[in-house]
Amino acid sequence: MTATIRLQREPFDAAAEAAELRRGRTDIGAVVTFTGVCRAHEGDAPLVAMTLEHYPGMAEAEVGRHVEAAEQRWPLLGVTVIHRYGRLVPGEEIVLVVTAAAHRQDAFAAAEFVMDYLKTRAPFWKQVEYADRAQWVDAKSSDDALADRWKRPGGGREAAE
Amino acid sequence: MKLRYFAWVRERIGKPEEEIEPPAGIATIADLINWLSRRGEEYAHAFENPKVIRAAIDRAHVKADTAISGAREIAFFPPMTGG
Repeated sequence: MTATIRLQREPFDAAAEAAELRRGRTDIGAVVTFTGVCRAHEGDAPLVAMTLEHYPGMAEAEVGRHVEAAEQRWPLLGVTVIHRYGRLVPGEEIVLVVTAAAHRQDAFAAAEFVMDYLKTRAPFWKQVEYADRAQWVDAKSSDDALADRWKRPGGGREAAE
Repeated sequence: MKLRYFAWVRERIGKPEEEIEPPAGIATIADLINWLSRRGEEYAHAFENPKVIRAAIDRAHVKADTAISGAREIAFFPPMTGG
């Protein structure tokens, strides 16, 4: 199964990417499309913009590893991950995860798994611009907990019967 | 070997990358962080809390006790906030 993985500055079209994944296929019964969006609030103040720094080379490799891990765990028929970098404003999309499978349990679980790992292991760093200052966002221990649950036997959701 | 720095680690040190040759006896990532901390105030500030520093060797995550011999590129950065 070939996955599509892209890092880019430009916005993406989630519907177009999902349609592309399904094009000409009759084996896909479920497509899950997740979009992460920049909110107007981070912490206590409204933000003007968010800048995503990334480690070119490692980011692609790490996302590829997450996707491969998902393919090993669930019988996926297609995966697309697009992660933007650079300066984004509230309302703009940041990340896209599309998963396709014969059955919905696999598509849902795989999309959540990939997102949980992207939040904690993909080398991107967010810096938010408030009206008066800029600061780096701290990693959340709740994200680590979400990623950790996939490690415990039965802690995640496994392949559909 | 090439060292790369990201996010506030990069800001505190004041540069995104550099070439270094660590002396013999610097065997692990933890040793390297220790040695770098003593190079100057900006390094000491960047590495003042080694527990929050993450590392990658040749673009893959590694732990603090990982050996650095043979590494071509080592990166240091804070916990990630992607996705």
